[in-house]
Parts: sequence; C-alpha cells; structure tokens
Amino acid sequence: MQARVFVTLKPSVFDPQGTTVAEALHTLGYAAVRDVRQGKYFELEIDAPNAEEARRLAADAAHRLLSNPVIESYRIEVTS
Amino acid sequence: MKIAVVVFPGSNCDHDTYYVAKDVLGQDAELIWHKDTSLRRADAVILPGGFAHGDYLRTGAIARFSPIMPEVAKFAAAGGPVLGICNGFQVLLEAGLLPGAMLRNRRLQFRCEFVHVRVEQTDTPFTVACRSGQSIKVPIAHGEGNYYAEPDVLQRLEQNRQVVFRYVSSSGEMTEDYNPNGSVNNIAGICNEARNVVGLMPHPERACELAIGSDDGLVVFQSLLKWSRESLLEGNLATTTSEHQTVVNR
Repeated sequence: MQARVFVTLKPSVFDPQGTTVAEALHTLGYAAVRDVRQGKYFELEIDAPNAEEARRLAADAAHRLLSNPVIESYRIEVTS
Repeated sequence: MKIAVVVFPGSNCDHDTYYVAKDVLGQDAELIWHKDTSLRRADAVILPGGFAHGDYLRTGAIARFSPIMPEVAKFAAAGGPVLGICNGFQVLLEAGLLPGAMLRNRRLQFRCEFVHVRVEQTDTPFTVACRSGQSIKVPIAHGEGNYYAEPDVLQRLEQNRQVVFRYVSSSGEMTEDYNPNGSVNNIAGICNEARNVVGLMPHPERACELAIGSDDGLVVFQSLLKWSRESLLEGNLATTTSEHQTVVNR
C-alpha cells in the first residue's frame, strides 16, 4: 500500500519560497501564473490490511512528524 | 551552578556555549549527548545553535524526538531554566515547549551579521540581570528565523509579556528596517507562560568577549547566575527537577 502525503503551508501563512518561485516565473514570462505555494511530498510504503488503515497510519505520521500543524496542513492519497 | 549543554548531531555552537559557561563564567558545565536520558543533575539546560540532524524535514523536527528531549521537557515542567539559542530555539518550538513556528526568512536570505535586540522582559532566568529596554548587540546566523504564530497565539504572547527580545536599531527603535528575517512584531526571542523556558534566534554565546566583537551577550548568562543565586536564597533551585527532589528527600 502506498500513501502519498502532500504537506503545504496553510493558506494564512506567508510562503517566502513560493513567492520567490512565482517572481522567477514572472521574470521568465509566465505572466499567467498568479501564485505559487511550495510544499513537500512524501511517498510512504505501508504494510496495512486495507486502504483505510494505511490512511489512518499516514495521517498519524503526517500530524506527528511530516508536518508542523502550527504552520502546515497535509493531504493524503492512498493507492494499492 | 551546573549548566548542561545538549549536543545533537549537527550542533555547532555547543562548544562555544560550553566555553562561555565553563571558562567565561567559571561555572560547572557538561556537554550532554542527545541520546543520553539524564541531564546529570544540571541546574540549567541550554540547547545550542547549529543544524541538528542537518535540519532535515524542518529545523528541529527530528531533534524533537531525541531521547534527551523528554528529560528536557520534564526539567522545564518542573520550573528548571531552559535556553534555546537559534537552532535550540527551533527545537523548543517543534517540541512544543514554546509556542509558534519558524518560516524561511523573508526574501530567503541566510542572515549572518550583528544585530541589535531590545530586552523587553527582565523577569526570566536569562534576562534578570538586564535593564528593562536595554539594547544589546549580538550576532544572528540563520536562514529560518522568521517567527510566526497564529494571531490569537500572538495576541496571548503579547498580553502575557512573553516576547523577551525584539529586533531594533542601535538606538532601540523598532521598525521593519531592522527586522532581519520578517518575524512578526520583530520578535527575536520569547518565553513560555511560566517564563522559565526562553528561546532566541541571536547568539549571545558568540558575543561574550570584546575580542570577538561584542560582550553584550554575556548579560544573558550573567542573568542565569543571578537568577540561580536568588533562587538558592529562596530555596527553589534544589527542587527544580525530580532528580534533585530525590536527592533532597534522601
């Protein structure tokens, strides 16, 4: 079972890296790019009996370690 | 007094801090490896600067789970003085011993320079020897010192007088021009509600002898000595940790 965890800064939190990347894209002529938010992506290979259990475990890991809940939120996708 | 300096893999200000405690202040000091599970009856704990665990994932995110950290948390909960300097501050934030979090510096610069910070509170173990509003010249060296707290947390911090240091000009005025990293309210350092845990981004241990540019940082460590003397008089110090409690009870 694989869980993909996407960690991004909460919308209310300023993202200095995303802003800088957006500015660079504008310099390159990508005027249509309105905004960039940079985040982290994890692939967890999990031994779990079902997708539900894999998701539960991934969410626990994301909450405790992969993200800092003060500034970040996460999204999980599970594939078998 | 005995000062414990915790060493994480990647700490690089541990020996500077140890040197200040041992040689400049003339106190008993000990380097404690992060895999240790005892603070060896220390009277104060300092988490030094550096790049614990290479700053992998987030600054302080892995260090938070080091075996010594539950001991640091226990020590802090018992009222023991804990100081986090730079990366040590980031570890305290990740560990939840201080509120808030660090973002990458505004404009992504790694800032390595002398700054002035104003001492806002003098009732912590690390500022008790300061004059209120005293401005001290100390170096910073960080890429992630852009302090952030949610608005309600920030409001509580200000209300409870938990903002201990702010970035200011050499004459002590607080404007955005003197904010090196984008921290909210120019925050350079904070304390917990009980006021015994303090974290700051600047490096007072790198400014304790005039020969290296400034000895303004010394007051942070002298504060600890003053606080310790005063606590001894009040009979508090011997009971700051459970370890001490055992000794006292014996």
